[in-house]
Amino acid sequence: MQNSQRTPGVVPGRLDQATYRQNFDDLHAPLDTHEARVAADRCYFCYDAPCTTACPTAIDIPMFIRQIQTGDPDSAARTIFDQNILGGMCARVCPTETLCEEACVRQVAEGNPVEIGQLQRYATDHLMAQDPHPYSRGAPTGCKVAVVGAGPAGLACAHRLAMRGHSVVVFDAREKAGGLNEFGIAAYKAPNSFAAAEVEWLLGIGGIEMRYGQRLGEGLSLEELQEAFDAVFLGMGLAGVNALRVEGEEHAHVRDAVDFIAELRQADDLSVLPVGRDVVVIGGGMTAVDAAIQSKLLGAEHVTMVYRRGRDRLSASTFEQELATAKGVKIVLNAQPVAFNSDDGKTVSSVTFAYTEDGPTGLVASEETFTIKADQVFKAIGQALSGVPGVLETEGGKIVVSDSGRTSIEGVWAGGDCASGGDDLTVTAVANGRDAAEDIHMALTGVTAVAAE
Amino acid sequence: MASLASEFVGIKSPNPFWLASAPPTDKEYNVRRAFEAGWGGVVWKTLGSEGPPVVNVNGPRYGAIWGADRRLIGLNNIELITDRPLQQNLQEIKSVKRDYPDRAVVVSLMVPCEEDAWKAILPVVEETGADGVELNFGCPHGMAERGMGSAVGQVPEYIEMVTRWCKQNTRMPVIVKLTPNITNIVYPAEAAKRGGADAVSLINTINSITSVDLDAMSPEPMIDGKGTHGGYCGPAVKPIALNMVAEIARNPETAGIPISGIGGVTTWRDAAEFMALGAGNVQVCTAVMTYGFRIVGEMISGLSSWMDEKGYSSVSEVVGKAVPNVTDWQYLNLNYITKAEIDQEACIKCGRCYAACEDTSHQAILMKEGRVFEVDDSECVACNLCVNVCPVEGCISMRKLAAGEMDDRTGRNVPAEPGDWTTHPNNPAKVIAAQ
Ligand SMILES: Cc1cc2nc3c(=O)[nH]c(=O)nc-3n(C[C@H](O)[C@H](O)[C@H](O)COP(=O)(O)OP(=O)(O)OC[C@H]3O[C@@H](n4cnc5c(N)ncnc54)[C@H](O)[C@@H]3O)c2cc1C
Ligand SMILES: Cc1cc2nc3c(=O)[nH]c(=O)nc-3n(C[C@H](O)[C@H](O)[C@H](O)COP(=O)(O)O)c2cc1C
Ligand code: SF4
Ligand code: SF4
Ligand code: SF4
Repeated sequence: MQNSQRTPGVVPGRLDQATYRQNFDDLHAPLDTHEARVAADRCYFCYDAPCTTACPTAIDIPMFIRQIQTGDPDSAARTIFDQNILGGMCARVCPTETLCEEACVRQVAEGNPVEIGQLQRYATDHLMAQDPHPYSRGAPTGCKVAVVGAGPAGLACAHRLAMRGHSVVVFDAREKAGGLNEFGIAAYKAPNSFAAAEVEWLLGIGGIEMRYGQRLGEGLSLEELQEAFDAVFLGMGLAGVNALRVEGEEHAHVRDAVDFIAELRQADDLSVLPVGRDVVVIGGGMTAVDAAIQSKLLGAEHVTMVYRRGRDRLSASTFEQELATAKGVKIVLNAQPVAFNSDDGKTVSSVTFAYTEDGPTGLVASEETFTIKADQVFKAIGQALSGVPGVLETEGGKIVVSDSGRTSIEGVWAGGDCASGGDDLTVTAVANGRDAAEDIHMALTGVTAVAAE
Repeated sequence: MASLASEFVGIKSPNPFWLASAPPTDKEYNVRRAFEAGWGGVVWKTLGSEGPPVVNVNGPRYGAIWGADRRLIGLNNIELITDRPLQQNLQEIKSVKRDYPDRAVVVSLMVPCEEDAWKAILPVVEETGADGVELNFGCPHGMAERGMGSAVGQVPEYIEMVTRWCKQNTRMPVIVKLTPNITNIVYPAEAAKRGGADAVSLINTINSITSVDLDAMSPEPMIDGKGTHGGYCGPAVKPIALNMVAEIARNPETAGIPISGIGGVTTWRDAAEFMALGAGNVQVCTAVMTYGFRIVGEMISGLSSWMDEKGYSSVSEVVGKAVPNVTDWQYLNLNYITKAEIDQEACIKCGRCYAACEDTSHQAILMKEGRVFEVDDSECVACNLCVNVCPVEGCISMRKLAAGEMDDRTGRNVPAEPGDWTTHPNNPAKVIAAQ
């Protein structure tokens, strides 16, 4: 190991291999069979269970937990996958503390919920470790559907369409499927290439053709797709990033957090990934937290996350914030950047912030400023819609959709981060994709899924 | 501080906690360590006649039922009586009794159903200085096939006969251990009494198959692909044992006969419950086989602090205290009317009470906006099911309606005077004289 945490600049190899492995290992070790039975035994099998109501995909949680409890994890997994085909990823990345586990009556009663996420992982891992894929394609309908984007929304949509017997072609701009599961989610939430393995498992249903390197808006148009397919689903996420527009943004080592994270997720060897000694992250969402934590885990000596508003407005959950502070990230609130400074005129050396106050017309920067040393800066102030065909009605930076995902254009559906109404979570993207698929099925065949079964 | 000193059929022990006749009492090594841990007495593992000892299976001899976290709830065994030579057991009994004169040492016996066999064994046991004998009429497997154990215990005439033989051939107190594998426990208890027994002890283990290996399609414990019924014991059998003890305690023919309570005793509270229903002391097997001898420490401190709290100064004051309140169904007061009441502060809104009452009982719980659960007094029959399924202890309680208060279910006011089935107008055989 040549470099250490104290080596100045943006350099690789600050830690030894064992430390990298340990740092990026599973955040929560999976439950073994005995632990799962004990955890499952805590579930009360609630009537009209609040946890299920809180789950965006409405998994029958008391049922799957009971199935685990009685020693039948495979049926438990089917209960989960029936509602959420990415139940494996959701078990790892869902902010359960603000979803099912927050609603769990045992959380309300004693501040100690049933470990729904961990149990979901136990069941889904168990079934996914076996062949074959548990679902089969429906009888062919002869209909063809195009899905744009191979993220959670697109994949969930494609799988449900295949179940209903439609032929699906998925187009993705990247060379790899998974969307943010593959390029965005924090590495320690889904280690061991889980995202890629999950995609492969999901495609096991058959009837889904993947076409990579196909970007809508670049050589691929909505009209073409509408022409060639009976329906189109857009699940293209938020491919752009919001601009910061602060003086000195062009200095070297000032970059978008999502790019840094994508690079980290694709790195085979973390020790070759350069990271600063003094890292500053700007933003208050999940991306900011993940960039900050992972910089720290890569060996940065000081990591400061600066958010322009108060703690109540931080979109990262309490659990995420606590994780960040536990890993040594310093969180500074109510300050916004006013300048990226550079000692040599080329690379960033510090960031100057102004404290902010809530004014009548919004946030105002105060006179008082402070400067934080920085050799690397990550901007994480939000992702934005990009590449969406202009014909589609948008509002607030999202494609306007109905409850079942219908856009303003007939024959075109959308869901996930790119569509209105969601909350930018993997699980909502899955719910949107699934529901749109059912609606597409109904539109194409005139039958509802229930009637078809 | 309350005294735990116990005297049972004249046998003194520093506390009422004895180890039941079973593996924990099968040898000197165990019994010495049990006494060091504080056990008041032991019933030595059942001895058989002189001659080649029985042999046990060499595969698993236990089956079990567990809770989710492997808490042992019920144990089943196919073990026989002691498989060690008689003389060795007798020597060990003698040496232990010599070194622990203040502890109770009772010897369990099971020999063929012939007077000579009993005449032969009783004097050699007496010679050890043991305090008494317990006749094992309970073992439900193996020995029963050979005409001993529960094969005797299931025939009251045999119990009476063998008990009489023993009383005629020894000066030691004779305790008759009863099998629960019968239709009505009072018959064997009455037989024991007629035969002159000083006491009865119960229960021995219950015939059972704990589980089935669904791959091998064999009962557990499985020996080379086959299984047999074994004797069930441990916490799961306590309710059955308590009832049997109470039945003997309140049966006019057997009332007053000393009872040694056995079956699922695991904590001081279990012991107190057995004693309240008439047991003079208790015997423990599965609990020590699960946790070791040290648990007696908890039993001693628990019983004594409870007695202090309640103002009991000796165990004999507790014995039988609940017996007068054990009655027949027909004497229960039908004018005692209660209604379930949910403490909304304590309720965690799981809806279990609702599912139970709505799906399986009386549709007396209403689920209102915001998951508020309320009892509908006009439907509630006060069955208590909701109380039992509610995960929050004390959340649902049963409120007693005062005399004169309207019962919304029947539309009638609660009568001030009690009234039971014997005098109820719907009873075709009602006791007219009682009116
Ligand atoms: C850093 C980070 C961490 C996160 N952590 C969590 C977390 O822990 N838990 C959680 O629930 N959520 C988390 N999220 C949010 C979650 O990842 C998203 O809500 C979810 O991935 C949205 O799924 P999607 O299918 O709508 O979009 P995406 O996952 O973004 O997938 C969109 C896909 O469309 C493709 N695409 C984009 N534009 C085009 C185009 N023009 N033509 C063709 N293909 C295109 C992309 O390549 C991509 O494969 C995180 C997000 C980020 C950025
Ligand atoms: C492995 C085992 C062996 C037993 N052997 C005997 C025995 O030899 N003689 C006897 O009278 N009872 C025997 N019993 C029954 C116990 O003495 C006792 O009556 C029964 O286990 C119920 O008590 P518990 O619930 O505390 O275990 C045995 C029980 C077990 C578990
Ligand atoms: S709310 Fe909690 S206890 Fe109730 S069913 Fe859901 S996980 Fe189980
Ligand atoms: S006591 Fe019985 S009838 Fe009454 S509310 Fe409870 S479950 Fe229903
Ligand atoms: S079972 Fe108990 S805790 Fe659950 S809803 Fe009913 S009263 Fe409330």
